[in-house]
Amino acid sequence: MGKLFAVVVTLIALGSAAIFALHIWWVPPDISTHGSRIDRQLNETMIVAGVLFVGAQLALAFFVWRFSARGTTDPIKSFPGGPTPMVVLATVLVGAEILVLTFVGSKVWADVYQTPPAPGALQIEVQAEQFAFYFRYAGTDGKFGAMHPELMNDATENFFGLDPANDTTARDDIVVGSLVIPTGQPVELRMHAKDVNHSFYVPELRIQQDIVPGLVIPLHFTATKPGKYELVCTQLCGLGHYNMRAFVEVKTRAEFDQWLKEKAAAL
Amino acid sequence: MSTAMLPPPPTLPGGSVATAAGGPERRVAETGVWIAIGTISMSFAALTSALVVRQSSGADWQHLHLPALLYVNTLVLLFSSVTLELSRRRLGSFGLHATLILGILFLVGQGLAWRQLAAQNLHLATGPSSAFFYVFTVLHALHVLGGLGGLGLVERRLAAGGLSRTTFKAAALYWHFMAVLWLYLLTLLTIRG
Amino acid sequence: MTHGVATSHAPPQGFLRRHVFSVDHKVIGRQYLDLALVAVVTGMVLSWIMRFHLGWPETPVPGLGKLAPTGAAGGIITPEYYLALMTMHGTIMVFFVLTTAPFAGFGNFFLPLHVGAEDMAFPRINMTSFWVTLVAFLVLISAFFVGDGPPLSGWTAYAPLSAVGKDAGPGQGVGQTLWAVSIGIFCVAQLLGSLNFIATTLDLRTRGMSLARLPFATWAWFITSVIGLIAFAVLMPACILLILDRVAGTSFFIPAGLVISDRLQPHAGGSPLLWQHLFWFFGHPEVYIAILPGFGIVSQILPVFARKPLLGPRVLIVCLIAIAFLSYTVWGHHMFLSGMNPVSATLFSVPTLVITIPATIICLLWIGTLYGARLRFTAAALFALGFVSVFVSGGISGFFLAQPSTDIYLHGTYFVVAHFHFVMGVAAMFGIFAGTYFWFPKMFGRMMNETLGKWHFWLTFIGVYCVFMPMHYLGLAGNVRRYSAFTDDYLQPLIPLHRFITIAALFTGAVQLIFLYNLIRSRLRGPVAPANPWEATSLEWSTSSPPPPDNFGGRPPVVTHGPNEFGGTGPRDYVMQAEPQ
Repeated sequence: MGKLFAVVVTLIALGSAAIFALHIWWVPPDISTHGSRIDRQLNETMIVAGVLFVGAQLALAFFVWRFSARGTTDPIKSFPGGPTPMVVLATVLVGAEILVLTFVGSKVWADVYQTPPAPGALQIEVQAEQFAFYFRYAGTDGKFGAMHPELMNDATENFFGLDPANDTTARDDIVVGSLVIPTGQPVELRMHAKDVNHSFYVPELRIQQDIVPGLVIPLHFTATKPGKYELVCTQLCGLGHYNMRAFVEVKTRAEFDQWLKEKAAAL
Repeated sequence: MSTAMLPPPPTLPGGSVATAAGGPERRVAETGVWIAIGTISMSFAALTSALVVRQSSGADWQHLHLPALLYVNTLVLLFSSVTLELSRRRLGSFGLHATLILGILFLVGQGLAWRQLAAQNLHLATGPSSAFFYVFTVLHALHVLGGLGGLGLVERRLAAGGLSRTTFKAAALYWHFMAVLWLYLLTLLTIRG
Repeated sequence: MTHGVATSHAPPQGFLRRHVFSVDHKVIGRQYLDLALVAVVTGMVLSWIMRFHLGWPETPVPGLGKLAPTGAAGGIITPEYYLALMTMHGTIMVFFVLTTAPFAGFGNFFLPLHVGAEDMAFPRINMTSFWVTLVAFLVLISAFFVGDGPPLSGWTAYAPLSAVGKDAGPGQGVGQTLWAVSIGIFCVAQLLGSLNFIATTLDLRTRGMSLARLPFATWAWFITSVIGLIAFAVLMPACILLILDRVAGTSFFIPAGLVISDRLQPHAGGSPLLWQHLFWFFGHPEVYIAILPGFGIVSQILPVFARKPLLGPRVLIVCLIAIAFLSYTVWGHHMFLSGMNPVSATLFSVPTLVITIPATIICLLWIGTLYGARLRFTAAALFALGFVSVFVSGGISGFFLAQPSTDIYLHGTYFVVAHFHFVMGVAAMFGIFAGTYFWFPKMFGRMMNETLGKWHFWLTFIGVYCVFMPMHYLGLAGNVRRYSAFTDDYLQPLIPLHRFITIAALFTGAVQLIFLYNLIRSRLRGPVAPANPWEATSLEWSTSSPPPPDNFGGRPPVVTHGPNEFGGTGPRDYVMQAEPQ
């Protein structure tokens, strides 16, 4: 029985670790400027975790194998050094790893969430609601019109509650259902939630942020590769949560400028 | 009026003797009340932090002027603690009866204070400061009601002649805590309400 | 030194007083375990339905159309019904299984025995706490039968989704209110229970039972009840504030200007983040409440079947206390991306990582105990050993979620689901299984069937790895959690893996029938159990199986040894705690 336990644990440990190591299922290619640092943190953590995981499971398996099926006269042995080696090992090994991961990781985190966006970032407003995302560009006047909750109306597609009749800055605002951005351009999102908590997640961009009603949440990043990527909601927001999706369309500079011009002209 | 204490606890089987302080069954009462004090304090601490957060999160906090009646109620509650202590030290039941009456008076006074606020159109949902006021004072009043129930039990046992010192001490501890908690709430609502 | 006599009660008369409204901690403990059994079967069935739907959304679930004509017309689950099942699954499992069985169930039965007392400190309050828990369970279940059905906001019930009322969606009317009321009632029951555990441990230990000689499970229950005392004391006011927002028009958690179902909500000034802070201040210690009794039970069981002392008993206790203390400092790691100040993310991350250290030490102590052992493989032993393996697996995935930088990617994905199911749904369950196989003879006076127990272990052990290990891979691929269907393009290639998980889950669920059958058959026809079938040392084994109503036959034990005296030479390799000198 002990040997069976040891074998099963070993197979499980090695098998699952192999699937991690071989990247059979893995993160999609990164298309952001900050993502490589997140990926490096992920990989380092994966190595540490892998060593600890496999090490602990093999130790368990080995000891069970070795110390099962022993006769009643075989002597009981105490772990050499008592609990002290365990305490030291855990504190030093895990403690050191924690220090390193925190030191590096906190910089990665601060880079995304504690630094302001680059000057000249393209400002785009996001409205998250049950169950869609909408995006707003400032238009040629470079100003966003004020949002009025009492004017928000999905039927008339006034997702941001704009009042163009009385608010001149709102007249040229461009509202669309996809987040269209140029490559290589820092983008600053200002995110609103109309009703309940939502979240903004684009796996390839390595970016995620909850959108909280009552707050305006900033988020900034720069995309590096043209393409169409899915943007999904990750904060449970109601029955349509699974279907709450938009697309991030990363275009070349020229294509983006063309798109924006066409949108402005169509107003 | 005097009252009879329980006779000394019987010797435990096996020849051991219970400790003179009254034995484990009564000491647990005091431990239990200390634990209850801890947990009730934690609840009110959580509500305090909710108040602080709510105050800073919305720009709509209107300071609530506490009705003067509350200070009268405070004196009533403090006095009830005094009478309880007097009763406890001499095991006289007069002080205990006074405490019960004063306790009921306190609750009535709180009810009147709520009515006064309602008359000024300050209800639970009127604004955050009134909401917290009602939450704090109603929860406190409910705990006082529970305390009155406990004191009622003490009173019945005292009359029947079977009240131990430790049980009385435990009940008194809880009652005094109600006063301490009230003083804290009054301070909180005055300064930050 | 106080002695173990709480009250000398005459044995109760009548069926109701003996078996239903009993103040005997042993009856109450069994009642809690029975409740947890009903709850776990309910919660598991809900998960089968959920997993079936995720794997085969177009296929009707047999029989469900009749049971739930609105939520699953024709057997096909609506998105809102999926979320309602998910909410109830989480709530039932966390509260009525993981907080009930290892803590209120086994703890109530065995803590007084372990300390050498006749009963808990407050037997009538103890009885009350069970019935209040039952009322909480019934209130929760009633949400299935009200107008719109159960709430869909998850067991975490984030505001404003949970706070605004029925505009937010089906189940968010009466269903959500019933949820909040149920949990509020549950908090009261837990606080009463913790009161008993702490007072009994402090005041009712028998002669010779110093704190240092307490069995490890008892230490775990004691520390758990202290954690609970503080945690549930925060959840209860939070539930009260939530109920007020829902029914009394207050705005603790609801900001101004919300437009839901085209209606401008009449609230202003509240903070959704306030709910998250209050909830997680409770919620993180809660998961330690769920696992610490398992730590205690495994620490107690391993030496018995290793026939040697646990390595580092004092270190274990210090680590349990350290974990309890640190558990209050980490709650923000559930909120890294919540919109709270990003600086606090690093502040919460550090203690979250630091808590790994005592947890690692404990795992190493268990593994080190096996060194030089003479292992005996019973079902209890296998589940205890399996606990070590699955807890390591679950704990290590925490490393990724504890760091804000990696959490950016993994938050809200199946990686999180994998993590918490491994530590709570698997490890804590293994602790419950180990406790059941270990203590069943003492509780019921009959032995469980060992062959069935071993089959139960092997099939479950392999099964749970098949269910939950793949969820890490799903998370790395970016698979978002709490989705009732996978319609996004990038999720399509992952559906085969979901189907594998579903099949494994249904298989592992079916395997639990072996356990249920074993429980019932052994109760009725199991071989009679001796007083100490496992040759263990703690006080419950020095009385009969099952113990008499006053636990020790009117003779409180006198303790002369600690619980860890295994591995001697000679014909008997252990010394019981109440061994005469």
